[in-house]
Amino acid sequence: MIEILMLFFIVVGIAFDLFGCLGLIRMPDIYNRLQTSTKCVTLGTCSILFAVFVKFGFTAAGVKALLCILFLLLTAPVSAHALARGTHRSGVKLWEKSVCDKYAEDRKV
Amino acid sequence: MRFFRWLAGFVFLAALIIFIFAVLKVDAQAKLMLFLLICFLLSLIRVLKGPTPADRSVATDIFGILVIGFCAILAVYTNKDWYMDIAIAWGLQSFIGVLALAKFLEGRNFDD
Repeated sequence: MIEILMLFFIVVGIAFDLFGCLGLIRMPDIYNRLQTSTKCVTLGTCSILFAVFVKFGFTAAGVKALLCILFLLLTAPVSAHALARGTHRSGVKLWEKSVCDKYAEDRKV
Repeated sequence: MRFFRWLAGFVFLAALIIFIFAVLKVDAQAKLMLFLLICFLLSLIRVLKGPTPADRSVATDIFGILVIGFCAILAVYTNKDWYMDIAIAWGLQSFIGVLALAKFLEGRNFDD
């Protein structure tokens, strides 16, 4: 039973990773790529780490996996936000079919 | 032209998946690891052909997160717990590196 649960979490995680990296290739714009890939890959890696916790239980490796999940959930949005802000300030244009750009309007005022 | 690019990508992915599932004679754990290696390959393609430096920074960030997942899978299938230490250390180092890259993209110095 524990084996099946662990395999389920690993397969879900690898599927999310694959879709996230596919979005990294496919999307037309850097902001779309950032949004797609960061969310999917973070969720997929957290799922694989939870599979480690399911296998090892409350031993050293399992608690380290939980700690790594907490750390990843805290730091991945921060790094994604910093990258998006730095990209926008360095002057990379949006895709030509993008509808609105709230950050540029805010900075203009 | 657009249709042919779609077709080329689809044929490439389908050929890789068929090769992994039907042709290779390895056990199931190695097949799962090969799927994660396809993810590494896709992010490295974005590093190679990204038009701006920001694209390369995003792909580097994704690469760092994927290495954590790969260490976790190795920890599951080899029953060694020190792979989790490598995962935590790699996560810390990748986070600081990405923050430095973002600050560099913004045009500021590192000590601002």
